Amino acid sequence: MSATMTHSWFMTMRHLRNLARQPWWIAITLVQPVIWLLLFGAVFKATADIPGFAADTYVDFLTPGIVVMTAAFAGGWAGMGVIEDLNRGVIDRFLVSPVRRPALVSGRLVQLGIVSLIQSAIVIVLGLLVGARFPGGLAGLAVLVVCSALMRASLGALSNGMALLARKEETVIAASNFVLLPLTFLSSAFMQRDLMPGWIQTVARYNPVEWTIQAGREALTASPDWGLVLSRTGLLAALCLVCTWLATRAFRSYQRSI
Amino acid sequence: MTTASAAIEARDLTKTYPKDVRALDGLGFTVEAGTVFGLLGPNGAGKSTTVKILATLTRPDSGRAAVAGVDVLAHPDRVRRAIGLVAQRSGVDLEATGRENLTLQGQVYGLHGAGLRARVGELLERFGLAEAGDRVARGYSGGMQRRLDIAMGLIHRPEVLFLDEPTTGLDPEVRAAMWAEIAHLSGAEGLTILLTTHYLEEADRLAGRLAIVDRGRVVADGTPNELKGQLRGDAIQVELGDPEPDGRAHAALDRVPGVWEVTVEGRSLRARTDDGSAAVPAVLQALEAGGVRVASVTIARPSLDDVYLRHTGRSLAKVAEEVPR
Repeated sequence: MSATMTHSWFMTMRHLRNLARQPWWIAITLVQPVIWLLLFGAVFKATADIPGFAADTYVDFLTPGIVVMTAAFAGGWAGMGVIEDLNRGVIDRFLVSPVRRPALVSGRLVQLGIVSLIQSAIVIVLGLLVGARFPGGLAGLAVLVVCSALMRASLGALSNGMALLARKEETVIAASNFVLLPLTFLSSAFMQRDLMPGWIQTVARYNPVEWTIQAGREALTASPDWGLVLSRTGLLAALCLVCTWLATRAFRSYQRSI
Repeated sequence: MTTASAAIEARDLTKTYPKDVRALDGLGFTVEAGTVFGLLGPNGAGKSTTVKILATLTRPDSGRAAVAGVDVLAHPDRVRRAIGLVAQRSGVDLEATGRENLTLQGQVYGLHGAGLRARVGELLERFGLAEAGDRVARGYSGGMQRRLDIAMGLIHRPEVLFLDEPTTGLDPEVRAAMWAEIAHLSGAEGLTILLTTHYLEEADRLAGRLAIVDRGRVVADGTPNELKGQLRGDAIQVELGDPEPDGRAHAALDRVPGVWEVTVEGRSLRARTDDGSAAVPAVLQALEAGGVRVASVTIARPSLDDVYLRHTGRSLAKVAEEVPR
């Protein structure tokens, strides 16, 4: 176990260092969410006037949604890094070394989580700048940010695993496109849950993006239902473990196929 | 199965990829410790698959293999500590500096602290990367990346080093420098090296022994001189004026005494003879009589390509041209 931890640390440092060499990448991946935040915030401003809509303004409601959406998309695309390492032969080099297999996954996921914290913080600050207010304060924001990181790591692990099985950029791009938009829109990212059609509410119950939004929004209310927050956080943590295990297994499938 | 001095033993390895692509078909060979062993053959012959199996990257469908006296299927973890792999596809992290690449590689093998720093510095120095060591590898030339690859393969002082097509894609001058480095590795450090290549000259220059691999099998093995010595006499190579589909050239030469092993591939005709200079007039006469136009004739001492031709019925130089990289 300790070797796995040490190796995970080495791999995390590798990914963080490479990211630090191109910090503009963090900014580029934020362009889209910022546009969503500003555009959706303006276009759907009147949503807050719908009878039964709980939040004071739509931006209050939307900002956590955009934080979670940013995390989901970044997680889904994470497999692209694996493809690059595969093409460069970096993965093969590690696989013939004594490095622990789980470290090859967890190193990437820890980096993903850390970047997630940074990006979430930036989106939250932008939300505050355009007028969003969060009664739940810092504790609520912490829940939102941590749950987003867990969900991002989960989707990231799946994306990594798929990259190892498919070994083609095109497949990762196609699968991410196919999965990410439905995951986002079959959640309450943009609309309060009980105002959406019944079938979407049903589907959303099994959607990890929805779990993240639920935990985050609940924690940001003036008097959160901590039971709900904890149960959703627990689900996300369990999902993250399962996905990491699956991604580690994918290395075996990859090695069998070459 | 392992003899005391064998660094690598491969027995009856088979591997089939999806769509019934048979990569290995009973391949086997033995490499003595401290020697350079070459696997020579065209792309697709099974060389890289063999290296992947021996280096624990993948598993054979059947067969057995031991590296540094350890069974690769039973104890891959122990094999990994004993080997270094310089793969065809490199393995350099282009976003990291040479020093960072080496340091991470060392950490993975359990090196740390001052010992690791010293080892990294020593390898950068030795492979001419001391000045470039703190630059990101994306800016390295092909030759520099290759040297960094080898340095990474050596960081933990392995007993066995796998070099899979180490000079493919390098300029001729860089290739020559790489050959000197590889020769030095085996000579000075007692390292066992398994080298795969489709360059005849590379196998001839570097390998103490070699195995010629064709369609997943070893078709011949020995020292380069033994292999060439099996071929009696000189090689005659005739470039024909026109391609010969109807076997006229072949038929014409069958009637010339003292000439054997006649093969025709496109415009290129090869044959063997005891004394090349004596046979040339008779050969030319026979071809002319048979109505075959001749563009040029060369006589040569046997080369590894002749050995390859003899065992596979094809010329390696031709096969290498045909397979797109």
